[in-house]
Amino acid sequence: MASFVDLVFVLVVVIDLFLLASSRLGAAIRTVAIQGALLAALPLLLVRESHNLGHAVLLAGGALAIKGFFIPWLMFRAIREASIRREMEPVIGFVPSMVLGAVGVALAFAFSSRLPLPDAGAHGFLVPTALSTVWTGLLLVVTRKKAVSQVLGFLVLENGVYVFGLLLSDVMPVMVEAGVLLDLFAAVFVMGIVMFHINREFSSLDTEKLSALKD
Amino acid sequence: MLFVILAPLALAPVALLVPSNRRRPLVLLAGALLHAAGVAALFASPPPARAGAWLAFDPMAKVTLLTVTALFLAAAIYAQGYLARRADRDNRIFVGGLLLLLAAMTVVALSHHLGLSWVAIEATTLASAPLIYFNHNARSLEATWKYLLICSLGIALALLGTFFLALSGAGAGGPRSLLLDDLIAAGPSLSRPWVRAAFVLLLVGYGTKMGLAPLHSWKPDAYGEAPGLLGALLAGGLTNFAFLSIARVFQVTRAAGDEAFARDALVGLGLLSIALAAVFVVGQRDFKRMLAYSSVEHMGILALGIGLGGGAAGGAFFHSMNNGLTKGVLFLSAGNIHRAFGAKTTDEVRGAARRLPVSGPLFLAGFLAITGSPPFSPFFSEFAILNGAFGAGRFVVGGLFLALLAVIFIGMATTVLAVVQGDPGDAPRVPGTDDSWLTAAPPFALMVLVLLLGLFLPQGLRDLFGAAAQLVGGRWD
Repeated sequence: MASFVDLVFVLVVVIDLFLLASSRLGAAIRTVAIQGALLAALPLLLVRESHNLGHAVLLAGGALAIKGFFIPWLMFRAIREASIRREMEPVIGFVPSMVLGAVGVALAFAFSSRLPLPDAGAHGFLVPTALSTVWTGLLLVVTRKKAVSQVLGFLVLENGVYVFGLLLSDVMPVMVEAGVLLDLFAAVFVMGIVMFHINREFSSLDTEKLSALKD
Repeated sequence: MLFVILAPLALAPVALLVPSNRRRPLVLLAGALLHAAGVAALFASPPPARAGAWLAFDPMAKVTLLTVTALFLAAAIYAQGYLARRADRDNRIFVGGLLLLLAAMTVVALSHHLGLSWVAIEATTLASAPLIYFNHNARSLEATWKYLLICSLGIALALLGTFFLALSGAGAGGPRSLLLDDLIAAGPSLSRPWVRAAFVLLLVGYGTKMGLAPLHSWKPDAYGEAPGLLGALLAGGLTNFAFLSIARVFQVTRAAGDEAFARDALVGLGLLSIALAAVFVVGQRDFKRMLAYSSVEHMGILALGIGLGGGAAGGAFFHSMNNGLTKGVLFLSAGNIHRAFGAKTTDEVRGAARRLPVSGPLFLAGFLAITGSPPFSPFFSEFAILNGAFGAGRFVVGGLFLALLAVIFIGMATTVLAVVQGDPGDAPRVPGTDDSWLTAAPPFALMVLVLLLGLFLPQGLRDLFGAAAQLVGGRWD
């Protein structure tokens, strides 16, 4: 069981790096969906106190539905309507951003070994995985130009926050559920609507076209 | 206490259901009046503080709610005139969104649960983003996208920070809670590294929402493209609540014994914001974007005031009220000028004082007030902060602050005078946009309020600012 949890954490980080290197939007959406599904399994794998099982099931089910199915479906619809397939020229190239991502992973491991965990029973990979995923998400949002890629970056960032939230799921389960699921659902929903308008207004989802406003 | 939250919240769906585009703004007015009445009732008979309650009417809540309810009332009256002139646009989402925004802001003010505050701040972003897109053109769409994406990123980081804070007290014997009072009571027993990391993330997260440099990049675009009415509520209202949230987190950090670090971070970001605003205000031809940079500046002043502590903290709470009301004057009058000329750059706009005999001079008076000219109230609050800096022996900080204020005064004066003075002559003109009672009286009333607060500050308000400052280790003097 423990090695299986290890595997999940490692896969999540590998997916982070893959996303930084990937230019095909379809593959990226699918990968984010897989990451979401993997993360959905975590609350069930990590649950320790049986009275929290109900919350774990709720969190897992909600995460699977939103991260694994609903949002990927929304994204696929968006790229089909805008008929785009690739992220063309990111602000920072694919290889450099992957290197930056790898540096982030290393720093996340170094940093989290210095933060004392109040709960000794927590899994050792949890904090570094959360921090490296947050970092990957930030990199994706900042360096990519297509609106879909930026939303995917936001999703990855949220995935990182979600992993961290699992540390607290025994202490304040309702807060974690409300936080990560509500935020994700609501924010992406509004972003989806705006994306639809961008596509209609500019006939593209390229945020490069959104450059009329500057000083 | 629930009334001030539920009244606007319940009216939002009503606004969505009212079929008439002409009558719908009245729902907004009803919401503003009910909210003002509710706040007045709260002041008349303050609810007793209960331990473990998620909502509390503390001094910080009093300062911010007083400001926002006055501002919202002015904005709601203005909206009657403004939306009547914009009959071409469906205002269903606009009116509903403004009411939701008011409800969410009220929750932020009253919430003593950091998780609830976070949810409410998230709700303010989602409620306000569609409103920026009111004009439905390419530019406002771009502004909406930037606002939504940058603020969502900030809020996601704030969520991570909130989790960090929860974790700092999750050990054996910790409060295992996100209630502000529990966290402050636990104070030194909180895990220090987590509290520090949490403060950084929350400062970055809510700082994005507040528009502190270098996290302000959405601000000029959003304020530039949104209707002046929304700009007033964002710059004068919403930013104050992000400031309030940072002040609350600072309370916890201070209790946990990491005060010096947090103060340095606030002073640093504050000065950076004022400096950045000075750079971009000079030579700014778009007067709505200029106001956005002025907002960045004043957020910097608020952060600086809290960071310096002592008398500067009292000044900061006074300033949050002054800035809120004066931004109302500026954005509402700028909105009138924008509509009358159909343009918002000094290339096309001139002679506003002649074309709009109320809004033009109000814009000028608002500029004088916001840049800290006596006898308007921002002068006294900025002076209190400056006094606090010098009183604490922070001569470099105080000197920089003063120098930057002078640069901003000169930079803004160039733009404002170009807009207000001169002969409108052949400048573009939009028919049916002259000053009317509904569009000119609200900014005028706010201006009178700013002047009165400068001439005479009631003892009750002084005590209020003092009590609010005391929560962050400051005082009023």
